[in-house]
Amino acid sequence: MSAVTAEHDHDDHHHDDHAHGPEKGWLRWVVTTNHKDIGTLYLVFALAMFFVGGTMAMIIRAELFEPGMQFVDPQFFNSMTTMHALVMVFGAVMPAFVGLANWMVPMMIGAPDMALPRMNNMSFWLLVAGILLLASTLFMEGGAPAGGWTLYPPLVLQTGKALPFAIFSVHLLGISSIMGAINIVATILNMRAPAMSLMKMPMFVWTWLITGFLLIAIMPVFAGAVTMLLTDKFFHTSFFDAAGGGDPVLYQHIFWFFGHPEVYVMILPTFGVASTIIPVFARKPLFGYSSMVYATAAIAFLAFIVWAHHMFTVGMPISGELYFMYATMLIAIPTGVKVFNWTATMWKGAMTFETPMLFSISFVVLFTLGGFTGLMMSIAPADFQYHDSYFIVAHFHYTLVPASIFMLMAGGYYWLPKWTGHMYNEKIGQLHFWLSAISVNILFFPQHFLGLAGMPRRIPDYAIQFSDWNMISSIGGFIFGASQLLFLYIVVDTIKGGTGEKVTDEVWEDAHKHGLEWTLPSPVPYHTFSTPPTVIPCDHD
Amino acid sequence: MSTNNAYYIPHKATWPVMATAGLLTTLVGFANYLNGSSIGSPLMMLGFAIFIVMVAGWFTLQSTESESGMYNHGVGISYRMGMMWFIFSEVMFFAVFFGTLWYTRNLSVPWLGGEGAKAATKAILWTNYTAVWPTNGPGNVGGHFEPMGAFGLPFINTLLLLSSGVTCTWAHHGLLAKKRDQLIKGLIATVSLGFLFVLCQAFEYHEAYTEMGLTLGSGIYGSTFFMLTGFHGFHVCVGAIILSVVLFRSAKGHFTPENHFAFEAAAWYWHFVDVVWLGLFVFVYLM
Repeated sequence: MSAVTAEHDHDDHHHDDHAHGPEKGWLRWVVTTNHKDIGTLYLVFALAMFFVGGTMAMIIRAELFEPGMQFVDPQFFNSMTTMHALVMVFGAVMPAFVGLANWMVPMMIGAPDMALPRMNNMSFWLLVAGILLLASTLFMEGGAPAGGWTLYPPLVLQTGKALPFAIFSVHLLGISSIMGAINIVATILNMRAPAMSLMKMPMFVWTWLITGFLLIAIMPVFAGAVTMLLTDKFFHTSFFDAAGGGDPVLYQHIFWFFGHPEVYVMILPTFGVASTIIPVFARKPLFGYSSMVYATAAIAFLAFIVWAHHMFTVGMPISGELYFMYATMLIAIPTGVKVFNWTATMWKGAMTFETPMLFSISFVVLFTLGGFTGLMMSIAPADFQYHDSYFIVAHFHYTLVPASIFMLMAGGYYWLPKWTGHMYNEKIGQLHFWLSAISVNILFFPQHFLGLAGMPRRIPDYAIQFSDWNMISSIGGFIFGASQLLFLYIVVDTIKGGTGEKVTDEVWEDAHKHGLEWTLPSPVPYHTFSTPPTVIPCDHD
Repeated sequence: MSTNNAYYIPHKATWPVMATAGLLTTLVGFANYLNGSSIGSPLMMLGFAIFIVMVAGWFTLQSTESESGMYNHGVGISYRMGMMWFIFSEVMFFAVFFGTLWYTRNLSVPWLGGEGAKAATKAILWTNYTAVWPTNGPGNVGGHFEPMGAFGLPFINTLLLLSSGVTCTWAHHGLLAKKRDQLIKGLIATVSLGFLFVLCQAFEYHEAYTEMGLTLGSGIYGSTFFMLTGFHGFHVCVGAIILSVVLFRSAKGHFTPENHFAFEAAAWYWHFVDVVWLGLFVFVYLM
């Protein structure tokens, strides 16, 4: 069944100035300025990095499978925890969401492309350069950085030859993110179809507008922090050295002023994908659209004023502890609004449970659990117990894996048919979901118990009483890791033709009522919306 | 609010990849240099050369496209938004160093002197230290130094930059009133004042290093002083180079009262650099 509205005809890419398709040969991918090409580059790169970072996680879980030293030396283990985090955050999750933004934002707002297409190309290649620089540190004298992804001084200043490479990698990744974010913000603010007012934009677009703002605000802060690390190490400055009048705690303040909004950079687009998928499979408009928008903005605002809850034990004045405790608790309110709205969207909906919806529902449940442990940690006196324990590891993996990773997977299943024109294999998709959803709990749930029982994070060996839960966690980890190969298989299979079933333009039943992208043909032509659409589907009242 | 009718979409872009290659080569070279490797400097210079060629090529491409009328109103708005958000990111970059100055002066240095919750540091580690500003810390890092006063070269520099803001605006008025002569004279004055500023700062640094004992290694005062003024000076250089390009284009007859994004972007950037300097003058030199 065709969902194409009469107002929009398929051959709008036949205008003279956009008559040609992609370049021939591999150079197409190097010189492209097309938002769909660049989106694909981002997504493929992110998926590759997901497996690189995942391999590091497997090494960590293998070493922790039982007490004692098994496979790697402690220095390399610490490099693995550090590099796993950096690769997953800067190489997998962030680029994957930028990839989704590249693909979907112009199609969702009726724009012909991104606002600044040449800069779009540069953002991607700078990302590759930054990750190459980061990966190169693995092979250097003294090993890759091993002081944790937070790069706290003075510990990180003991890194060997890798230090300047790691710092410049952060600079390149920062420039890449800022350029990507500026592009997305300019696209959303300047390129919308005439009928699309701000409060008619799809939630995914809203969440990315706010995420873009966060990125532009925080990446320069991280760049400044690591620049001071560089000068402290090589140019005799004393920013983080108390003997010269500086303060190592200052680095932690600056880092977390970046770091806390950074975790929302990874979670807000996640919310956006969930708010896109749930209404389609509940066959209802999104419940509480405007409250979703305001809640997203409120979370972004709060992100800037809660950073020191990551440093409760570092020794702050008591007034600081109290302020950051109460401010942090406030975040539960807008987040609660969102969870309520997703639940209310599903309430009395005519729900079906295709793979994207399964991932979305498990996201709502598991992310709520991860949020609750966040609330536990926001209580400063209680946090003195949890700090630097495995409870922290459990908390942020519970919010990142079943949230960001799951919703990236969901987005993949949801939009792959639109991108490729082929249907993915629903059976294997559901198998992937159930294996992931069960194993992710075997993997991370026991880590709460480990942390509460006193197991510290970032150690290659542990006391004997932690053995059982570590072994269970590792088994969950191996199952989870292996299950992700199914996703790789499905993506490749779908691109090659999938089930062979030709998908309709709207792919999902009545999806054209929910978003402009479903009014376009499947697969999507190389150029879309060269003239803006006049009728805008609206997902809410 | 749509401006995307017949929006100009470029197709094959080779400069961005070259920019990436240039940046990557420069940084790999710099990292090798810091690690004491002999390939560091040549690599850095190679990367920088690639970067310069890229900037020249990309700027030429943009100005050619602009002059041939390929950028409509919508494209112009995208460029302006891009520049505005870029300047916002620069504001945040400088905010880190201003924040560092604020934190050390008002929190960590007094704590080292025994104030507040951190009194133990003084009691255990540095009983003889008295917290004052400027300071190079309880370790007397970098040895004796004199702080930089506000009313020598820094004050002259303030006047130079403020006047350059005026001449920049005067040039803009010339551009809007189609007075090409005023535009070019105004830009020449702005660029000259900019480079004069950098020259004065070079003298100031020379004096600090040779006569006042004030270096990047002079504890937290030297660190914050040179980091803030150094990054600002670098931005003045970049701004002056951008304005030189705009001057060169003006002399070639580019820009109309309706279409002169490059001029606007350069002027915004210049005023931003100006405002940062005022912050520096107050918080680094005066207070």
